[in-house]
Amino acid sequence: MALLRLLGPARDAAGTARADVPGATVGEVLDHARARFGDRFATVLEHSATWLNGGPAALDESVGEDDEVAVLPPVSGG
Amino acid sequence: MLVTDDPLPVADALSWAVLPRCGAVVTFCGTVRDHSEGRDGVEHLHYECYEEHASARLADVLADARRRWPVLGRVALLHRTGHLDLGEVSVVVVASSPHRAEAFEAARHCIDTLKATVPIWKRETWSGGSDWASCSREITEVSDAPR
Repeated sequence: MALLRLLGPARDAAGTARADVPGATVGEVLDHARARFGDRFATVLEHSATWLNGGPAALDESVGEDDEVAVLPPVSGG
Repeated sequence: MLVTDDPLPVADALSWAVLPRCGAVVTFCGTVRDHSEGRDGVEHLHYECYEEHASARLADVLADARRRWPVLGRVALLHRTGHLDLGEVSVVVVASSPHRAEAFEAARHCIDTLKATVPIWKRETWSGGSDWASCSREITEVSDAPR
């Protein structure tokens, strides 16, 4: 069970900023998130980057209790 | 570097960057504009960031600039979050160096890299509604910034 962080437009689409989501890998966590948060979130996710503990993540990376997976839609700072 | 909900201390950053060995200080301020792509009558913005990592990314941008321009004196990168009205300063880059060329180049590089690599999102409220900025880009790594 990793902590999933949902930022900016991903938070809007999911209706929450954070959630505990099951899954042994980053990809599994995202699969569960898609199922839980629905089509609008899935669309945002398609165009988003995924981080694990503050850096870019591969879908097959393992995750555990203390890990934080984050969904980062395209950024617009500045 | 700093990410804050408070107004950005532009004058303080400029003063801080002045050093005896530096004859140039370049300051860039991004301000809230009354329009964006396809959206006239922008009234205000709301910025939010990935709090735990935005400052670290700003530090990466700063370190990258120092590697590219070792002659730099001081560099400040500041970004505002929360509610901003028209004309308010959302982002500040200050760079000092012995001569102007490096200060201009480094400041330009820093703002371009910041916009591409720091996890910050902007929501616009304009006369026709409110939504996330349409001018956004996939986040990249500081190490991927163009040379």
